[in-house]
Amino acid sequence: MKILFPFFAVISLVLLAVVGVKGANLHFLFGVVVPYAAVFTFIIGVIYRVLKWAKSPVPFSIATTCGQQKTLPWIKQNKLENPSSTLHVIGRMALEVLLFRSLFRNIKGELKDSSRLIYGSDKWLWLASIAFHYSFLIVLLRHIRLFAEPAPFYLHLLETFDGFLQIGIPRLFITGVILLAAVTFLFLRRLYIPQVRYISLAADYFPLFLIIGIATTGILMRYFLKTDIVGVKELTMGLVSLSPVIPEGVGAVFYVHLLLVSMLFAYFPFSKLMHMGGVFLSPTRNLTGNSREYRRINPWNYPVKVHTYEEYEEEFRDKMKMAGIPVEKE
Amino acid sequence: MAKFTAKPAELLKIDFKTPKTDWMDTPVEIREHMYCHPAKAKDLETVGFPNIHEWRPADENWNLPENWKETVINGIKERLQKYRSFHVFMDICVRCGACADKCHFYLGTGDPKNMPVLRAELLRSVYRKYFTTGGKIFGKTAGARELTEDVLKELWYYYYQCTECRRCSVFCPYGIDQAEITMIGRELTNLLGLQLGWIAGPVANCFIKGNHLGLEPHTIKSNIEMMLDDIETITGVRINPTFNRKGAEILFVTPSGDLFAMPGIYTAMGYLMLFHELGLDYTWSTYASEGGNFGFFTSNEMAKRLNSKIYAEAKRLGVKWILGGECGHMWRVLHQYMDTWNGPADFLEVPKSPITGTVFENAKSLKMIHVIEFAADLIKHGKLKLDPSRNDHLKVTFHDSCNVSRGMGMFEEPRYVIKNICNHFYEMPENTIREKTFCCGSGTGLNASENMELRMRGGLPRANAVKYVRDQHGVNMLANICAIDRATLSAVMDYWVPGVAVAGIHELIGNALVMKGEKERTTDLRGEPLPRKEGA
Repeated sequence: MKILFPFFAVISLVLLAVVGVKGANLHFLFGVVVPYAAVFTFIIGVIYRVLKWAKSPVPFSIATTCGQQKTLPWIKQNKLENPSSTLHVIGRMALEVLLFRSLFRNIKGELKDSSRLIYGSDKWLWLASIAFHYSFLIVLLRHIRLFAEPAPFYLHLLETFDGFLQIGIPRLFITGVILLAAVTFLFLRRLYIPQVRYISLAADYFPLFLIIGIATTGILMRYFLKTDIVGVKELTMGLVSLSPVIPEGVGAVFYVHLLLVSMLFAYFPFSKLMHMGGVFLSPTRNLTGNSREYRRINPWNYPVKVHTYEEYEEEFRDKMKMAGIPVEKE
Repeated sequence: MAKFTAKPAELLKIDFKTPKTDWMDTPVEIREHMYCHPAKAKDLETVGFPNIHEWRPADENWNLPENWKETVINGIKERLQKYRSFHVFMDICVRCGACADKCHFYLGTGDPKNMPVLRAELLRSVYRKYFTTGGKIFGKTAGARELTEDVLKELWYYYYQCTECRRCSVFCPYGIDQAEITMIGRELTNLLGLQLGWIAGPVANCFIKGNHLGLEPHTIKSNIEMMLDDIETITGVRINPTFNRKGAEILFVTPSGDLFAMPGIYTAMGYLMLFHELGLDYTWSTYASEGGNFGFFTSNEMAKRLNSKIYAEAKRLGVKWILGGECGHMWRVLHQYMDTWNGPADFLEVPKSPITGTVFENAKSLKMIHVIEFAADLIKHGKLKLDPSRNDHLKVTFHDSCNVSRGMGMFEEPRYVIKNICNHFYEMPENTIREKTFCCGSGTGLNASENMELRMRGGLPRANAVKYVRDQHGVNMLANICAIDRATLSAVMDYWVPGVAVAGIHELIGNALVMKGEKERTTDLRGEPLPRKEGA
């Protein structure tokens, strides 16, 4: 159910796009209205979610310290794992966001022979995640070509780099293949590791299927069905210049691709995909660890009922005097 | 309740297979020896906790208050607005599973609901149902579920099978910290009067009497005097510490566990000997006689209430700064919470060692330093006369306490001290120390006796790493800087790794410290004969 439901949801989307443009001729709906609505939802949704998080304060300085604290001058501080300045925090966050530092730490714990717990390095998840996110990013950047005329100069560089294998015409972009391979790995991993399968929700499979669908249709269009790229660019330029047009002759597969992408955008703010924004707001990572050096202010700090020394002495005065412990009131 | 008698070999038959049924459809089974007794009403009354009622975890009916569901939902809502950590952590988990095999309770039980991700999902599913559009509309498909009594019991059972050690948060790509989620989950149970006896008792004691163990002022003094007698017997030196003395330079606060039971008292003897030898102008307090904070395991507010005594007492006595003893969660609270709660301590001065002149800039706002930082500085400046050979009968390994590691980052200081007072020091495997250290399995108020199976299971990963160095190097002493470690790892060692004892670092300092006017020592602080010196 957790797998089938999102699977059929994505299949339905594919069929919807095909039937929509082939059967019902709803090109304008799928080519213009849905993408606009999706991008709108994405932007508003992401802003809303981030603002909502940001509205909740960070009352305490709760960095997870993963290295030596700043202390005596002759002890070397680990500035990236236990930051004590904004610069250190930027370094820590950069490692986290750009290189997935914490995931790189991953180890696998296993009980051998019912007696020994052993821990081995396990970098596959890190590797697949890095491959997935970076290839997705490059694929996304490559799409700028469809939204800018003339294409910016760096795109040429990116494409040269991406197509370095020099295979086929059109030239094979390696990132497209890596993206599909990595997302497939992430899906299979979720399916085959029993513990991960056990914790997985429909909400975990849905974006995977969406992205598999997006990558597959993209590859189909570029290498196999040879979609009318001029027509596509006419449409995308129309979208970006706010004067939408529906060109003739763009195949249904493009509309499938576009609908899946639109779904991903629209779904994004309501889902775990918001980890993209959330990672920046994670208090265990973006705070300094030197909380004894600088006082953190809790905006909702309020006075509490305490048991005062006077109350304490009142109760134990005789015992204290007997024991020769000084008291305030004789 | 029957006594816990399972042998280690039985506990080691851990089944890591996932159940056939989905976790939402697998009802919680509240198992004997895995949970603690409920709190006594009088303890909850002492501190004014709400919804005090009779209930037993194993019973079908927990006699929950009429509006319990509303209380929990409102409790979640309030905390989402108060804590960005909680709010973000409820939303961004991608369930990658990197945290799963990092939890000592998961490794020791194989119960999938002890994977940090799933422990969090227990609460997240409720959050989705009542606070997210997707959860409201799609229900179970969106990973949302109704809050029922069974769900509440499940939350209670598993949130008291988490010691807030933060190991999962080291490995999480977004830094999601189950400790934060557990703390809030436990606050919710506290709102319903579902507190543990082993937590509520120390909290009430600490509130009224100043320490978890409920030691009254004269008892604190007489306990310390007994230690002084022992020190005199062993070293020939008579020490005269002071109590509640106004005008002392330094207030010393340590967990009360150090004043009561073995092996904690040996650590306290070490403090007494060190401070005496230095001629330190310091005082003990019977009012602020607890460094630890079991309030931290009930609610943020209660933790603040207990913590307030430390600054209040420092102010009353007019000391310049505060020195803190060896403890784990105590230092998480001091390092990350105390200044925010009860500061600013502008009536104190930046801690400055009167012996070396070192100014502890790293504590310039809190005005409180760790006794291990203090000791490391002394040794570095050559201020202590040490004879490490008096620890030659010990082969020592060091257990990083979770909170001091992942909630502070003190890794080098204790190692520096140990290397200067012991000739035989061996590290456990690298994936089990420092920021990757394993919990003792009994923290956050789970150090009771009725939950012994849970404690032994939770302690397994730590014990297993100790076993490795015992077998490889003949290690027979597990050094640490945490009162709960000292109290609980002894049991864990006896169960899993017989032959390894547990000690605070200051006990080992006490052994090695050559005091002015001392007699030829023949035993260590435990009364064990010292190894014969060559040529003696």
